[in-house]
Amino acid sequence: MTAIPRWADVILVPLLSLLLAFLLSGLVVLWIGENPLTALFIIVKGSVGSPYGWGYTLYYTTNFVFTGLAVAVAFHAKMFNIGGEGQATLGGLGAALVCLAVEWPHWLLAFPAAVIAAALFGAAWAAVPAYLQARRGSHIVITTIMFNFIAFALLVYLLVHVMKPPGQMAPESRPFPPGAHLPTAHEMLAWIGIPFSKSPPLNVSFLLALVACVLVWLLIWRTRLGYEIRAFGHSETAAVYAGISPVRIIMLSMLISGGLAGLMAVNTVAGEAERLLIDSVQGAGFVGIAVALMGRSHPIGVLCAAFLFGILYQGGAELEFEMPAVNREMIVVIQALVILFAGALDNMVRLPVERLFAMVRREAS
Amino acid sequence: MDLTTIVQILDSMMRLSTPLIFACLAGLFSERAGIFDIGLEGKMLASAFFSAATAAVTGSVLLGLLAGLTAATLLAMVHGVASITFRGNQLISGVAINFLASGFTALIGQNWFQLGGRTPSLSGDGRFLPVDLPFVETIAGIPFLGKLYGELISGHTLLVYLALPTVLLSWWILFRTRFGLRLRAVGENPEAVDTGGLSVSALRFQATLICGLLCGFGGAYLSTGMAAGFIRDMTAGKGFIALAALIFAKWRPGYALCACLLFGLLEAIAIRYQNIEIEGIGTVPLQLMQALPYILTVIILAGFVGKAIPPRAGGIPYVKER
Repeated sequence: MTAIPRWADVILVPLLSLLLAFLLSGLVVLWIGENPLTALFIIVKGSVGSPYGWGYTLYYTTNFVFTGLAVAVAFHAKMFNIGGEGQATLGGLGAALVCLAVEWPHWLLAFPAAVIAAALFGAAWAAVPAYLQARRGSHIVITTIMFNFIAFALLVYLLVHVMKPPGQMAPESRPFPPGAHLPTAHEMLAWIGIPFSKSPPLNVSFLLALVACVLVWLLIWRTRLGYEIRAFGHSETAAVYAGISPVRIIMLSMLISGGLAGLMAVNTVAGEAERLLIDSVQGAGFVGIAVALMGRSHPIGVLCAAFLFGILYQGGAELEFEMPAVNREMIVVIQALVILFAGALDNMVRLPVERLFAMVRREAS
Repeated sequence: MDLTTIVQILDSMMRLSTPLIFACLAGLFSERAGIFDIGLEGKMLASAFFSAATAAVTGSVLLGLLAGLTAATLLAMVHGVASITFRGNQLISGVAINFLASGFTALIGQNWFQLGGRTPSLSGDGRFLPVDLPFVETIAGIPFLGKLYGELISGHTLLVYLALPTVLLSWWILFRTRFGLRLRAVGENPEAVDTGGLSVSALRFQATLICGLLCGFGGAYLSTGMAAGFIRDMTAGKGFIALAALIFAKWRPGYALCACLLFGLLEAIAIRYQNIEIEGIGTVPLQLMQALPYILTVIILAGFVGKAIPPRAGGIPYVKER
């Protein structure tokens, strides 16, 4: 097989996949009878055309960075963690339990506590499928799918039977104490004197997402464990020969992955809703798959892809207002096409590029 | 619990199991041929939408069924092209197909009918109606058998009656025909099939095609047989329960039928009783009943109750030596 330059692999191929996904989505919009370029304009304007739009876009980006990193870390160990949804659900439960446990005096105390709880709960939910994969060879994809459904049933049970205050109809927990309120972008920017739109739920978790990107980069490319994870992902037999324990790598990579997915809930549960709702994950666990595929499992790529999906989610909401014929589900279609082209049909995009480079090289020599 | 209740629960088990049986057999063909398919859910959903939409517009449920089968088959072909032709990751392709179906049906549904993603209610020839088997009246007088025959066995839609022979037919095709042998071989050891001068791709494409058709039947039943129209995301995880049933049955048709009936029964009980009182244990919450198929599958997968071993070449794209 002819190798292609690194920049083509990392930037050109994902961009081509994205372009294909957008082209097909454009055709769908055209088929519905609307102008795809107008739709694109509304999406861009609605997401990055105002501080309000930016606030929401970055709020969604925060979710997708966490779930994208979660999938990416598992990908490095050749594990497909499709259970981000369930792990984030449990993460939300952990964050909520901690926030409700005590009258928090200050967010500086509540925030780290919620972060640790969310990560631990998320990791714990990934631990069982990881153990079953490592020790008993049960396929991680199937077990994590099953655990998504089990997590949701568990959450509904807890909200309806345990956490719902008596006399209340809606299946949600009581609001968190005021001390557990995480500062929003509006409040944080006010400290340094910058005015910012008040309504978007963008909060301090966004900074945590950026930190997570750096930490994951350090982990994967600058630590011994990261090296072992990558080695295991490239070739299990070679890794075993080098004395790397498969059980240890599967467990650790999945625990980290689950923890990252759990962290996503800090943003939605502790940052936005400030209570535990029945659907606090909102499909972000699945978007993480598209994000990790687009971002080629690299933190910088994940950050960019998460931002792109943030734009799509916020812009999609605006699109629904301005162009009622194209509803929010358009975003799910785009997301599906991105997963299809950047993930499953990767070779379809890659092979012509490889051929092109081989041709150019032959001409040059 | 009296006889009437039991008959009613079993009756609803039959109806709830039918889509599971079709989807489970769909997965059986695909996975036996070495193509993992977690996109059963999406294919069923697409079929459910297009059969209901076509039936609503044309007033003919058979045209609806045809449209549903076409939609599911097209998605199956996408899966085939991605995972066979371009040797992509079959699991990722399945995920993409699920999202594609979920987003596309809701988008187009709202656009076509403006009913919040639903299709108009179907009636008359627009849906599969219950079929009364012969002699219901004659036997009705017999105490036990009359009730059993009249309420449990008779009075289902055509597709329910189609589901059981399909299980038999699937078993026969897979285990008693040359085609079936080749299909299973391609899922266990594609190199051997290739050496034997057969096309691995062609066999796998055929399996994918059968998978699409069967998903189409399951989906069409959901929206035109069990319900009278399509609602958004109406498969609600049924494709994954079918997948669970397939693993539970360890990729064997007869056991698949039993697993689907079991999971259908669990659902029927969960629908009938919100919370079940069991003496000495306490209340079994509804959510536990709903999660039980998944929990059972994890236990089976864990190998504590007999190990579930998938077809050996499952999920691995076949690369012919060059």
